[in-house]
Amino acid sequence: MTNVLELRGITKRFPGVLANDKIDISLREGKILALLGENGAGKTTLMNILYGLYKPDEGTILVRGQEVDIHGPNDAIARGIGMVHQHFMLVPVMTVTENVMLGVEPTKNRLFLDKDKVAARIREISDQYGLEVDPHAYIQDLPVGIQQRVEIIKVLYRSADILILDEPTAVLTPQEVEGLFKIIQSLIDKGKSIIFITHKLKEVMHVADDITVLRLGRVVGSIDPQEASPEILASMMVGRDVNLVVMKQLAKPKEAVLEVKDLYVRDERQNLTVNGVTFDVRKGEVLGIAGVQGNGQTELVYALTGLLPTESGEMHLLGNTIRHATPRKILEYGVAHIPEDRQRHGLVLSFPIHDNMMLCTYYQQPFANGVSLQQNTIFDNAEALVKQYDVRTPNIYVNASTLSGGNQQKVIVAREFSRPIHLLIASQPTRGLDVGSIEYIHSQIIKKRDEGIGVLLVSSELDEILALSDRIAVMYKGRIMDILDANKVNKEYLGLLMAGIHPSETPAAKSSAAEKVF
Amino acid sequence: MTDTNKSKPKTPEGIGGGSLRDALRVPALAVLTGLIIGGFAILISGANVFTAYGALFVGSFGDPVRFFTGFQQLFTTGETAGLLRAIYPITESLVAATPYIFAGLSVALGFRCGLFNIGAEGQFFIGALCSAYVGYSIVGLPAYIHLPLALLGGAAGGALWGVIPGYLKAKFGAHEVVNTIMMNWIAFKLSDWLLNGPMKASGFRPVTPNVEVSAQLPRFFPDPIRLNWGLILAFVVAYALYWFLFKTTLGFEIRSVGANPDAAKYAGMSIVRNLVLVMAMAGGLAGLAGSAQVLGTDHWVGQGFSAGYGFDAIALALLGKSHPFGVVVSALLFGFLRSGATRMQSMAGIPIDIIDIIQGMVIIFIAAPEIIRWLYRIKNIKVEETVLTRGWGK
Amino acid sequence: MTTINATINTALAKRSQITYGIALIAVGLFIYLIFGLNTQAGLQTTYGTNLAGSQALTIPDIVVPAQMTVLVMAGIAVFFGAFQLARGVRSTGWLIGILATTFVIAFLTWAAQGKSFNLTGMLSSSFVRATPIALAALCGVISERSAVINIGIEGIMLMAAQAAVVGATVTHNLYVGLFAAILIGALVAALHAYLVIRFKVDQVVSGVAINIFGAGFTAFMSSRFLQKSGDMLNNSGVFPTISIPGLAKIPILGPMLFENNIIIYLMILLVIAMHIMLFYTPWGLRTRAVGEHPKAADTLGINVYLMRYVNVIIGGIIAGLGGAYFTIGSVGRFDEEMTAGKGFIGLAAMIFGKWNPIGAFTSSLIFGFADSLQVKLQILRVPIPSEFLLMAPYIVTMIILTGVVGRAIPPAADGQPYEK
Repeated sequence: MTNVLELRGITKRFPGVLANDKIDISLREGKILALLGENGAGKTTLMNILYGLYKPDEGTILVRGQEVDIHGPNDAIARGIGMVHQHFMLVPVMTVTENVMLGVEPTKNRLFLDKDKVAARIREISDQYGLEVDPHAYIQDLPVGIQQRVEIIKVLYRSADILILDEPTAVLTPQEVEGLFKIIQSLIDKGKSIIFITHKLKEVMHVADDITVLRLGRVVGSIDPQEASPEILASMMVGRDVNLVVMKQLAKPKEAVLEVKDLYVRDERQNLTVNGVTFDVRKGEVLGIAGVQGNGQTELVYALTGLLPTESGEMHLLGNTIRHATPRKILEYGVAHIPEDRQRHGLVLSFPIHDNMMLCTYYQQPFANGVSLQQNTIFDNAEALVKQYDVRTPNIYVNASTLSGGNQQKVIVAREFSRPIHLLIASQPTRGLDVGSIEYIHSQIIKKRDEGIGVLLVSSELDEILALSDRIAVMYKGRIMDILDANKVNKEYLGLLMAGIHPSETPAAKSSAAEKVF
Repeated sequence: MTDTNKSKPKTPEGIGGGSLRDALRVPALAVLTGLIIGGFAILISGANVFTAYGALFVGSFGDPVRFFTGFQQLFTTGETAGLLRAIYPITESLVAATPYIFAGLSVALGFRCGLFNIGAEGQFFIGALCSAYVGYSIVGLPAYIHLPLALLGGAAGGALWGVIPGYLKAKFGAHEVVNTIMMNWIAFKLSDWLLNGPMKASGFRPVTPNVEVSAQLPRFFPDPIRLNWGLILAFVVAYALYWFLFKTTLGFEIRSVGANPDAAKYAGMSIVRNLVLVMAMAGGLAGLAGSAQVLGTDHWVGQGFSAGYGFDAIALALLGKSHPFGVVVSALLFGFLRSGATRMQSMAGIPIDIIDIIQGMVIIFIAAPEIIRWLYRIKNIKVEETVLTRGWGK
Repeated sequence: MTTINATINTALAKRSQITYGIALIAVGLFIYLIFGLNTQAGLQTTYGTNLAGSQALTIPDIVVPAQMTVLVMAGIAVFFGAFQLARGVRSTGWLIGILATTFVIAFLTWAAQGKSFNLTGMLSSSFVRATPIALAALCGVISERSAVINIGIEGIMLMAAQAAVVGATVTHNLYVGLFAAILIGALVAALHAYLVIRFKVDQVVSGVAINIFGAGFTAFMSSRFLQKSGDMLNNSGVFPTISIPGLAKIPILGPMLFENNIIIYLMILLVIAMHIMLFYTPWGLRTRAVGEHPKAADTLGINVYLMRYVNVIIGGIIAGLGGAYFTIGSVGRFDEEMTAGKGFIGLAAMIFGKWNPIGAFTSSLIFGFADSLQVKLQILRVPIPSEFLLMAPYIVTMIILTGVVGRAIPPAADGQPYEK
């Protein structure tokens, strides 16, 4: 078995960080190599080097035994290397055909685009590999799973033999993941070799022929999937024994904090993205909203926090109607919000930490006396919170932009938790964070729950939902498919719901308090 | 563990976390380089650079010889005429700087909220006209009512001129750059009509009648020295704006909206209200610039009254890093430059427009500090970037 | 990720329908009350259809009874308004067209009651005045399609205008002047691109700096040199009008479209060429990709920086041509600030035209019309002070920007510097 691809001693430095440290990787022909590591381990940097987007400081790349210099994506493509990016590299306002042909456009009369030729070839590839797609559809109209197919077609159109798939399952339902695995199998059958980048342990065991684990820029080891287990892999990824289960007691929920009834919300393009949802969140419980991103969860959260107007329905917080309330009023009613895009919505990066710590409460006592800001109180408050929540920073006067992702999230958590709250809305709270930070955030959420606060958790990571929630609601295309007791549910059933399939009769037990929504 | 070291930053807030010396270095070099390039322009146009810059200096500060003889005269004969003549240039520079301070504050406030107020020129003119109107049309009021009223009128006029594009931006996302420029042109045409029609004084020239004495900003020295309380007012307003921006809740909101409107919205701040408020205030400040000029210096308004102040103010705000104290320093600089340039024009024949050329260059250098860095081989400047461009829509 | 509801939902369409309906009826009433009631019965308005010195076939002037025409316009507006309220049409573009047309015809008929004014002349002048605006708009389109905002078009046009007239006067050759203008346009645009791409200077700031510098530089040169040596430096003559044989004979349209100078013909060619280039060639596809999602283009091996440089420089060339119009295409000498904001109006036309070359061109025509209208109205001695008429283009720009920007979507990466 030959190595179709070898990376030897690859080293890459960025200012302040050693992203890749003498990394050796081998890809056998016709096999799938899984590259495993947590966020920040250096996987994407390594692949960007392979694809020509970065140049390595040291090391060599061998393609089919020949040493090569890859100066840019064109070189990589010429050598048969293709990359399917984690965040799709597709122009939303253009069609599938236009996206596929970009950069290698065939022409009629040497001047005009020949779209028909490309469309025909796309159809060929679709048939060959089972990648159904309409060449004339606009990307922005396609669901995410289909967009991913376009990314794969882009790569195949350029005759790639070595495919790099970067976190391909991040945006797919369990069923779509199955579909992807089938496509991967058909690619292998046709002789392609694949590098599969992921941080999801179970997938790796399912699909890989070889596994290499990266941690902090170094190769920790390679392991055969037969000998691996999630626990072994996790501890390789993190470097210590990792507790994969969050310790929590059984919840003791009381009366409802948040009641939502028949809520309809339109997004900025006037599409009905929340399509009639009804649910409640009780004091002392975590309600997890599961579902692939893009099924209305984001808009639901915006509506609950007052950032999007609602079309119709009811929203009550501890008896107060919040449907037409301003964001400020909702905050004052005792709602805390950890936003999914922490840099955009959660912090003002160019402000010092102490200002970020009071971003929501600056106008209240004791931070302000009338219009006048009380600087000393602001500073004292920030010092205390930084200490309490263990935010790693030289002092409270530096800008928030200097903090790492995990510490930025801690600032947001510190701020939100430091005022009296009744409801916590956490949206993708651990996205992009290292394992240590993830553990910390999870423990904080459970702590708040145990203090009697109602928690609404929105996450596209099913494992996170299963680990933290007491009840689980699944959202699909703006509707809640079902609300279930977390103890009595399994992943397959959730997967079906996430794909929009509501079995009329199921053996899975539902808690008697769950509400059915059709 | 965190290091709770209580080292507060040594600069006044808002400069951007470095030392004061670092913060001043690039702007100072930018001005210097601009002057050097201006020198080349003078050279090309065939004049003597030394004569030209010499005239610039004398025009800005005054002739040292005259100071000397002026003092001599005072001590020997008790007459002040000579001394007054000697300090004339420097006071004229301060007089020129006064509207710059206000206008620079106007643009700087806009920048702090992420708004590009190019309409300062139009707001200036409208403010001047309003102040002039209150000043000449009401007779018989005591000064302590008439003057504040006239100033208020100017601020209100400017505020109106600013709030219109501000509202259009807040409600419809219409870009304030084009709208404020349009408002400028509308203001110019409107003032053409007013100065040739309803507001015209008797006579041939399209100017307003003179403002009543009760509405004039008092001067410090006898004629011909025009230095007046407008300068003091400018300093007071600058400090007030500093306090407002950095020590109040409203100022905090404005800065948050400017730095990250998404996060500001999330934190409960109202974007619409802040945008409109800032444009109104910025317009008011620019209107005050016009007021100060009319009520303190000229006492009447004519065509072309506001020429150049708008764009100068942009350069000022950038040079002063959108900080009220920085703006004051830059405004003083520009006042001195402009004042000197008038003399440079009469003595050396260099058109005043050279200042525009210098200004354009200074803006570039401030906006691209790397050029200065490269030119002077400086390393390691921490640059606080003002993010201004957010495209055309919301 | 999008959801299933991509169709127009009923509530929004209903609100829009009612708004347009009411707007039309309101305009109709306005026409009736303000124009209709102020038109004397028995007067006629004459729309002159023949232009002196033109090759077009002469046709009789259009004479209409003034009051009747105005009332008819009011009626049409009200009719369509009511129709819209009752039934509703999908295409709101038509409605805006009807609204504008009825208003303008009514206004003109009222303003010229008992007199005559030259319709063909006005149309012809609109087209000519639209030219610099259209060229500015095209410069904006190609620049922004690759995601670089160029606010400095005004400054570029000023400098190009001056370069054109000086070059042409000194060499006694208009084409040298044209070349000088284009060269200046390209150079200044290249500078803008360099600052913005290499140094990541804020694009708006760079543009404003160019405007300040341009205004100052041209004024400086004008005072220092041009005013003293006017004949030697500032007296170039103008490109002659070229009539296209055959087509120029068409009444009304002939003089407007086919009896112009070379700059105007170039403008028309550029509109068509740019449209084809942007939507039918690989270069255009890549340009648009760079403007919408530069990272995607980068990962496919496209050189984002190079694309932006080239597009901005092409834009500069077009703006240079626009600048040349002011001097060697129009009056044959340079006056300070002669561009009078046309660069910015061009940007508004670009936005109104949704960043499409043909849309930008159509919008420029509208602005050109507004521009020529206020001149005609001064001649007609309409009882509105001339200064207010002069304000009209600027007010119109503001109104348009308000109504359209919310719905017109610029290229997604517009204004953002690209970081690898």
